[in-house]
Amino acid sequence: MSATQVPPSGGATSTEPMVRVRGVHKVFGHGAGATHVLRGVDLDVARGSVTVVLGPSGSGKSTLLRCVNELEEITAGEIHVGGELMGYRWDDRGVLHRLHPKVVARQRSRIGMVFQRFHLFGHMTALDNVMEAPVQVRGLAKAEARARALELLGRVGLADRVDHYPAQLSGGQQQRVAIARALAMDPELMLFDEPTSALDPELVGEVLAVMRDLASDGMTMVVVTHEIGFAREVADHVVFMDDGVIVADGAPGDLLDDPTEPRLREFLSHVL
Amino acid sequence: MSTTSSTPAPGRAADPQALPEPLRARPVPRPGRWVSAALVLVLAAMAVNALVTNPAFRWDTVWLYLRDVVVVRGVGWTLVLTFGSMALAIVLAVALAIMRRSDNPVMRGVAWAYIWFFRGTPIYTQLVFWGLISVLYPRLSLGVPFGPEFFVFSTRDLITAFWAALLGLALNEAAYLAEIVRAGLASVDPGQAEAAKALGMKDGKIMRRVVLPQAMRVIVPPTGNETISMLKTTSLVVAVPFTLDLMYATSAVGNRTFQPIPLLVVAALWYLLITSVLMVGQHHLERYYGRGFDGGAPAGRSGRGPFGSRGTRARRPRKQDFVRAAGTTKDDPFLEVTP
Repeated sequence: MSATQVPPSGGATSTEPMVRVRGVHKVFGHGAGATHVLRGVDLDVARGSVTVVLGPSGSGKSTLLRCVNELEEITAGEIHVGGELMGYRWDDRGVLHRLHPKVVARQRSRIGMVFQRFHLFGHMTALDNVMEAPVQVRGLAKAEARARALELLGRVGLADRVDHYPAQLSGGQQQRVAIARALAMDPELMLFDEPTSALDPELVGEVLAVMRDLASDGMTMVVVTHEIGFAREVADHVVFMDDGVIVADGAPGDLLDDPTEPRLREFLSHVL
Repeated sequence: MSTTSSTPAPGRAADPQALPEPLRARPVPRPGRWVSAALVLVLAAMAVNALVTNPAFRWDTVWLYLRDVVVVRGVGWTLVLTFGSMALAIVLAVALAIMRRSDNPVMRGVAWAYIWFFRGTPIYTQLVFWGLISVLYPRLSLGVPFGPEFFVFSTRDLITAFWAALLGLALNEAAYLAEIVRAGLASVDPGQAEAAKALGMKDGKIMRRVVLPQAMRVIVPPTGNETISMLKTTSLVVAVPFTLDLMYATSAVGNRTFQPIPLLVVAALWYLLITSVLMVGQHHLERYYGRGFDGGAPAGRSGRGPFGSRGTRARRPRKQDFVRAAGTTKDDPFLEVTP
């Protein structure tokens, strides 16, 4: 019971979607204690589009996001990002190989991830947080990385907070630094895992504003959130997950204003 | 309603911007403090009296040998043993702690067995063993087991009493420190490593750049404690036997001059002095590795290095001050509240 997305309104130069998820299952644990979190998910995310994933807690939305970034190993199925199979390689004889951690790290470096709890490096200033990956992973010169980091921190409105430690920043500021940190690697795809759920209500707006700005710049984004307003306004495509499968998907207008799927209707009645 | 104070009632300042006059109230009487202070004073006087008036302590002899060249050289050797063995132990301990977290079961097993053995046998026994190694294995060779040998060393030349003592102390200490480092690594939020992973950092870099520096906050205080403990454990190197350290030097002088008590006091005073200095160092290290946490050092990139910023004793800014100063918590044009 899964739906495949038809890429919304053209604009993509390639027919290959940015993200292609096919028949993905994820099982945590073994034997009797095993939990089947993803039960066959198919999803396409077109280049330059914003996909918002909705669903009740425990429906598998965050797990799906983490699987795309290989923070979780999938149990079955396959995930392609930018046309590249994530985490595995088929050889000429049709045998599947696990990729070396070095290659997996390179694959991850093209995907930005923003976490619910920010996870800024607590012992580094905002500037050092943003410079870290370009210098350590890309081998960028410090001066160059610094200039770029300052530019990115300016873009998320934190030019005057570059020397602050995460503990000296508000939740909204920390999340904006986290977005700048992910952008510093020039990702082709940004994943947002409930980026505003840990924030006080009055701080949500500043983070959503940065994300809106990013979307209008043409960044491909997959956003797990409960912000229906954001979904309605920014998303090209909305996906509703329940119990490990995608039960409804479509354009935000159709899906959110006139939900036909009873579980989605039930969910929206609780969230709105 | 009358007030005994002559100041105006608080919170009635005419200018609402002005800071209010702080409340002036008599403190709660604390007679317990005075009683305990008097009691402690009496006990302290008794202790000083007991030390000073007892002729057995021979304070003149203590003062004489406190600066004796043999004793001061003993202090030097004790310091070399303490810091040398701690440095070696820290390197080993970090390796062991990382091995214990490895997904390689061989690595995990080796680290577990090492800690099991070196923590499970007395340090004294281990030191005796290291002293006897040149008897047990007169020659060490590098080569294929049961096969040809490439290099051969005489153990007596390679492992002198000093190296036997240093190795013995370090290998034992590493087992304890490994557990401290492991606790430190476990104290870092797994989200930190995950975020680094998501940025494409490899495991080695994640450990070195992200996890270990934050684990230091937890590792440093008990390691300082271990260093202080090691300072005194060096007195056991007589088991090797290594005979130049502070404890052996002072007791040798004591035996030779038939004045063991004053020389024990000399040793105790030196250990106490070094411990005091170590405590100051530990305090600075703790402050350095605590930066970015619980208020931490003020923003700015100046005071780098563990002993860097000194004299910045003014009220440290708290997190809430920065949050308020940020001014992003209100008047937001994008404010959008979804329940």
